[in-house]
Amino acid sequence: MRSTSRNRTSRAARAAAAAAAGALALSLTACGGDDNDSGNEQGGNDQETAGTVTLPKLNGESLEVAAVWTGAEQENFKKVLAEFEKRTGAKVTFVPAQDPIINFLGSKVAGGQPPDIAMLPQPGAIKQAVDKKWAKPLGAEAINELQENYSQGWQDIGKVDDKQYGVYYKAANKSLIWYNAKVFENAGATEPKTWDELLTTAQTVYDSGVTPFSVGGAEGWTLTDWFENIYLSQAGPEKYDQLAKHEIKWTDPSVKDALTTLAQVWGKKDYVAGGANGALQTDFPASVTQTFTGGDQPKAAMVYEGDFAQVNITQAKAEVGTDAKVFPFPAVGDTAPVVSGGDAAVILQDSKAAQALATFLASPDAATIQAKLGGYLSPNKNVDNSAYPNAVQQKIAKSLIDSGDDFRFDMSDQAPQAFGGTPGKGEWKALQDFLKNPSDIAGTQQKLEADAAAAYGN
Amino acid sequence: MASAEAAGGSGPPAAPKSRKSVTGTRRTVAALFLLPALVLLGALVVYPIGYSVIRSFYDQSGDGFAGFDNYEALFTDDGIRTALKNNVIWVVFAPTVATALGLIFAVLTERVRWGTAFKLVVFMPMAISMLAAGIIFRLVYDQDPDKGVANAVWVGVHDTFAQASAFPKAHPGRESPLEAVSGGGFITKATVSAGTPVTLPLVGVAPDQMPGSAKTAVEAKADPDEVTGTTWQDFTRGKGVGTLGGVDASELGYAGMTIEAVKDGKVVARAEAADDGTFTLPAAADGARLRLPPDNFKEPYNGVDWLGPSLVTPAIIGSYIWMWAGFAMVLIAAGLAGIPRDLLEAARVDGANEWQVFRRVTVPLLAPVLAVVTVTLMINVLKVFDLVFIIAPGSSQDDANVLALELYRKGFSEDQPGIASAIAVFLLLLVIPVMWFNIRRLRREVRR
Repeated sequence: MRSTSRNRTSRAARAAAAAAAGALALSLTACGGDDNDSGNEQGGNDQETAGTVTLPKLNGESLEVAAVWTGAEQENFKKVLAEFEKRTGAKVTFVPAQDPIINFLGSKVAGGQPPDIAMLPQPGAIKQAVDKKWAKPLGAEAINELQENYSQGWQDIGKVDDKQYGVYYKAANKSLIWYNAKVFENAGATEPKTWDELLTTAQTVYDSGVTPFSVGGAEGWTLTDWFENIYLSQAGPEKYDQLAKHEIKWTDPSVKDALTTLAQVWGKKDYVAGGANGALQTDFPASVTQTFTGGDQPKAAMVYEGDFAQVNITQAKAEVGTDAKVFPFPAVGDTAPVVSGGDAAVILQDSKAAQALATFLASPDAATIQAKLGGYLSPNKNVDNSAYPNAVQQKIAKSLIDSGDDFRFDMSDQAPQAFGGTPGKGEWKALQDFLKNPSDIAGTQQKLEADAAAAYGN
Repeated sequence: MASAEAAGGSGPPAAPKSRKSVTGTRRTVAALFLLPALVLLGALVVYPIGYSVIRSFYDQSGDGFAGFDNYEALFTDDGIRTALKNNVIWVVFAPTVATALGLIFAVLTERVRWGTAFKLVVFMPMAISMLAAGIIFRLVYDQDPDKGVANAVWVGVHDTFAQASAFPKAHPGRESPLEAVSGGGFITKATVSAGTPVTLPLVGVAPDQMPGSAKTAVEAKADPDEVTGTTWQDFTRGKGVGTLGGVDASELGYAGMTIEAVKDGKVVARAEAADDGTFTLPAAADGARLRLPPDNFKEPYNGVDWLGPSLVTPAIIGSYIWMWAGFAMVLIAAGLAGIPRDLLEAARVDGANEWQVFRRVTVPLLAPVLAVVTVTLMINVLKVFDLVFIIAPGSSQDDANVLALELYRKGFSEDQPGIASAIAVFLLLLVIPVMWFNIRRLRREVRR
């Protein structure tokens, strides 16, 4: 959650795709060609639109949608809403919310005016909304659409007690390593596929005179994401789920292995830009920009983070795809990990219109519109990969979809906030201390376990 | 208020009824006029305080009575204890240093022609919000000397006295004839002999970081009477290592690298590599092992870790003083203006020097003002939050923690409203004696 939300604020700077309107028109005509059963000609609008999803007529209805998105992201999402308005005749208002959105919704509900639909960023938040009886289950049509377009895994994380509440409209792929293409070229390094290859690549880069990794250690969430990728790949999804629920302890040998693996990068002299102390004062945006500025001699060659790092790369005046390239997080165990995040649409006020919008957001039509505008990733498997505007985006989307049900949701986002989401506390702090002293694996495990036990209350 | 006036004024001799005061207002009218203020005060001050006190006795969800559990957590939680300790440091140092500086500024500016301009400049930070000041100082204290002015100055001063070396990151590559020495630097695994050129390949220095004089490395010529060799960057840009341990066409020599010949732990000869990386040692080096001493690899000085765990609190206090010394100065200067000049003159006539006048006359006369300034700053410091929240990076926020910040973290990010309320009540208890002192003092001033 932290990761995406941090970026939301800076995303305003990202220029809206130049041909936004043009792309929209394109997508509509492209859709218009293939089928027709849902002929949705709206009164007064001469443009013919058709899609894969059937939507009811909702003239005169009005809806409110709350999300924390700002800037270009909000603009692009509004275009999706505009398409819904055009197809159904309903009026949709976007309500800008603040992080953490669950608190924002709390005040709205208390005031008796919850939005019809809210975009919730974590499975924990959906559960909270259900527990508080704010969320309403999805209707048959929305579930139908969901089953058609989403893999089982993406459906399941939108469920609470076997009832479908959430439609994951937007996803984040947090298993990526961005690298400075020039440095790799200078060093003659190649994109690694396994952890050992990653270490070889790092050594080659280091031999060429550039520090291999940039770590934004001032913010703990980048460190938890590092750990989660290694743990998911090394210990496997089952253990990952158990650890996320704190069914196994952090003193488990599997955690020890993951930390040992992590120390191969964090603990090696000169492998982390600025050393441990420098990294601990580097915030996430700086960790990205310092990797892509400085010509032949950037502060580091590689930086680990999710697809949202593109925003910061663009801000560093580097071109994604030429200056900045990306490879999936290498496999530490048998398969490469896919750690993800995402925002789910949850209905708070049940109505025909709200159900229709949820159905629409579950359809490839909606996702394709925003995919074309860039800066967006959909977990919808029926979104054509070519809809993404550039090769890097296509690669990221492909690795997310290809992972099928083997992806896992960010572990620290699933944990209680005191453990997984508070600066200077819990997992964030323990991993920062670990970055500082990577030889103290047992001590780190004990600290993690003590904090986890307190936060989970077991 | 009414009674005070009644006592002071000699009203009409025959006041008809006690229900009316001198000014002729009824109590009910007075109450009516007071009502808005009372309602506002009640709703905005008394009620929140009362509710916080009550809330501090309930558990996290607010449903169950928790007794003194929250207060117990207050004194057992590590984070809160650090916060308490830091608060003590803050309360002791920040107000005293700010007042001392304010006093010095005030006394000195009185004698300078451009005093007013100087005062204006010192007072200016007060016009900036805490948040903006925090952002400014986050940059000032940045670790990177290219960004943080504090480290830029520090590193600049340091580097005038101690130069960094040219090859801080150089290290042996794969299958290297060199190995690391425990105290730093590298040494050949085997001994060298005259007549056989030695290769000392290292990697890890990018071409643009090489000294400007470095030239393309060449293989040393064999000389039966001398130990010769080459030390160079065994890495070609874009190609990798090339010939492992062999000089490739475009690889650069380590110009200026020091090489020592070591026999039985003693340095028997020393040489410096030429621009093309070649070096020559006398015959005495025959049978020795060659060492590249650690001086070659000294890391560039990176300045002070201002926002690291140990210095973060003093650093933030520094930024606080930057803001508030001006406030202290202005108040003290005002007090100074009220000191009777003749006392100072009399002291000077009696032969006191300037320091004695300051120490024995000015400061005692200013004591009430100094006390008020210090106490006001103390109250201000007890609730410090914004500076700490913004300046301390996440990694050292725990070390910079203060009670107000811990209150916020417990209440809003950890969802522990019970403990947060307990902290709030505790803070209130801490502030009350200081406030009481200030109010009493103020009353005395008024009476005088």
